[in-house]
Amino acid sequence: MTASRGAPLTRRSVRWLDQRTATAPYLRKALRYLFPDHWSFLLGEVALYAFIVLVGTGIYLTFFFVDSTKEVVFHGTYYPALYGQRMSEAYASVVHLSLASRAGLLIRQTHHWAANVFIAAIVLHLFRVFFTGAYRKPRELTYWLGVTMLTLALFEAYLGYSLVDDLMSGMGLVIGYSVGLSLPFVGQNLMNWLFDGMFPGSPKLWPRMYIAHVLIFPILIGLLLGAHLLLVAMRHHTQFRQRRAQTERTIVGVPAWPGQAPRSLGLMVGTAGFLFLLGGLVQINPIWLWGPFHTYSSTNGAQPDWYLGWLIGALRLVPSFDLTIGHYTLVPNPFWGGAAFPLIVFGFLYLWPWLERRFSGDHEFHNLLDRPRDAPVRTAIGVAMVSWVFLVFMAGSADRVNVTFGIAYTSQIWVYRVIVWVLPVLFGFTTWWICRELQAGEVVLRERHTAEAEARLARMQRTES
Amino acid sequence: MRRVRTAIVSALVLLVGRRRARSAKPAETRIVPALPPNPAAEVAVLGLLGLSSLSALGFILIYAFGSDLPDVTPLLGATMGLAFLFLAAALVVVGLKLVPTEQIAEYYPPHEHPPDQQVIAELVEESGTRFTRKRLLKLGALGAGGTLGLALLAPAASFGPLFHVGDFLRTPWRRGRRLVDENGRPYKASDIEKNDFYLAFPEGLNDEEKEQMAASLVVIRLDPDQLHLPPNLKGYDAHGILAYSRICTHAGCAITLYRAPLFQPDEPKPALVCPCHYSTFDPASGGTVTFGPAGRDLPLLPVYVDSSGYLRAKGNFDGPVGPSWWGVRMWKAQP
Repeated sequence: MTASRGAPLTRRSVRWLDQRTATAPYLRKALRYLFPDHWSFLLGEVALYAFIVLVGTGIYLTFFFVDSTKEVVFHGTYYPALYGQRMSEAYASVVHLSLASRAGLLIRQTHHWAANVFIAAIVLHLFRVFFTGAYRKPRELTYWLGVTMLTLALFEAYLGYSLVDDLMSGMGLVIGYSVGLSLPFVGQNLMNWLFDGMFPGSPKLWPRMYIAHVLIFPILIGLLLGAHLLLVAMRHHTQFRQRRAQTERTIVGVPAWPGQAPRSLGLMVGTAGFLFLLGGLVQINPIWLWGPFHTYSSTNGAQPDWYLGWLIGALRLVPSFDLTIGHYTLVPNPFWGGAAFPLIVFGFLYLWPWLERRFSGDHEFHNLLDRPRDAPVRTAIGVAMVSWVFLVFMAGSADRVNVTFGIAYTSQIWVYRVIVWVLPVLFGFTTWWICRELQAGEVVLRERHTAEAEARLARMQRTES
Repeated sequence: MRRVRTAIVSALVLLVGRRRARSAKPAETRIVPALPPNPAAEVAVLGLLGLSSLSALGFILIYAFGSDLPDVTPLLGATMGLAFLFLAAALVVVGLKLVPTEQIAEYYPPHEHPPDQQVIAELVEESGTRFTRKRLLKLGALGAGGTLGLALLAPAASFGPLFHVGDFLRTPWRRGRRLVDENGRPYKASDIEKNDFYLAFPEGLNDEEKEQMAASLVVIRLDPDQLHLPPNLKGYDAHGILAYSRICTHAGCAITLYRAPLFQPDEPKPALVCPCHYSTFDPASGGTVTFGPAGRDLPLLPVYVDSSGYLRAKGNFDGPVGPSWWGVRMWKAQP
């Protein structure tokens, strides 16, 4: 009975929609669009869903946040330690929404956690794409859009962290300001222009950062995301070599409807659920404990969110020197760790597809993925880069290691100054060697299988005769 | 030296040299119809493009160095506008004179695509054949989705005190509070003259508190024999001095018009008028609406004159101040 009553409704609505929009042919194709069946392809989806959670929780937060550095005296009775302190309206509004507004802290912590997961998912997605060679022709554009979104996401997250105007965010902001100031030739003018004066800038800085955080960057990320997904869909997914997909010409996968829909929907709802669990159960950035930022205050042992750890590590590792010509300072010190280092990393990411094509001479279309061992040089270079960035990241935690384990900070820094250069090379060569060994092992295995098959055949022939 | 000369000559040739129109393809295989060149139009386009960039350059120069000019805005607007307009003109010339414009007829897409519809409907129907308790599952999914949606909306209640609306009735007026002008000077009864109207606040409010809807008054004086206040408002005036809420009960604007008749016999009675939608209130009869959209009388504050001649509040308004809400008539103004 249900079927006979439900069926005409489906047909009628499909017909109604097609007559108005003429989209039935596209809808039909979309419903049967094939999705890859390998778990590693879900990392990008997690990033997408984290972005959706970020937009949703972010919209909620805008209803409570005051984008002003006007000084107020805190009179909230809900947190006595801050009572009577001078602080910006921005910080006061975030303390209020965290402690005196029902569900405010949950939404704020979920927003913060979602930012951390968003960038983590992008980075893991990037690892998958890099180490399997998914960025190769015809998908370089998709890859570059992705790397650009990662860059934008880092700036966006940094802006959000800075807007709160607690002690930590102020420390982060002044470090970013100093790194900008260190850019050769343009830094001083650029920062003077952006901040409308020397740090802490004019009252216009906060509205500028706010509109960048809630409008400009999210829209840029959203547009690039749309283009990224469109390109993915137009060229379809890459896939590992498997029995049913041995050629570059067949796509194997699960259709959007009905196979993939519940999976993706489930992943979306699951991501949201996971983030709300984190937001409610795991405290993140308790800004009322840090207190308000003043240019004359800072705190020891401050750690940024994980995705900026590599930059604080780099800033701490660089030895004392400014590049000077006589008395003319060409490059102040923060440039090396705060600007040159990320420029090299992102420069490498942007240039890699071109570099690889240049040196391998490979101009073919690639729909089939490499396993990491199939491209030992790429895998080795990738591992070296990752370990380089990771060691610098670890160096950023030397102060905490000092507190926890009592290992002298200066000794740690000297050790890191050496091993960040030595270990990546070592890891790179080891990776290359492991890849080659794995390949060789496969050859041995293949030859053994062939030999065994031949022996079996021979045995069968012998018994037959 | 020779290389420099060659470079300059080739650059010039590249810039001004006219390339011969290529006609490699025979006319009948072209997609876009062939038309003869139009050098005059090309020159016009070049000129317009040049003018556009000159205007844009002008904008930059005026922006950078024009800070001493007496009025820079018209110049900035003119140069920016012209830069766009010249570009528009260049595109118009290109469209009308240089690009072959052809009208082509083609069919509309079909009204519908039955085979595709069929496939979509089958996909939807066949995907569900494994479910044996379809209706129950639909109900469950609807319930889960609906309650989750409600849960996501619920935190919006933190915006403001959703159900604590008592402040709507609260006013800063108390018995004995003096009426002061915007500079805090107390009004004496003798300050209030006929045919004029006065802005008054309760004494002792700071600037922020003065913004409360229930703080401000419009004060006038009528002849005591002109008054015909209803029984419940008897004694609200002080010898003909009346203090009404300054906020219109229609849409909350301030009442800043007082229509006092210049010639009593044949002009309409005195009236308080709101300039937003011209709601008109009769001060003589206790603020009743005589014209316009307001649906509720203007609240009246009872006043008296103390022994030193100062105007003081005798109590609170006779009804809630400000624009109306559902049930507004059920409530009284409170201290």
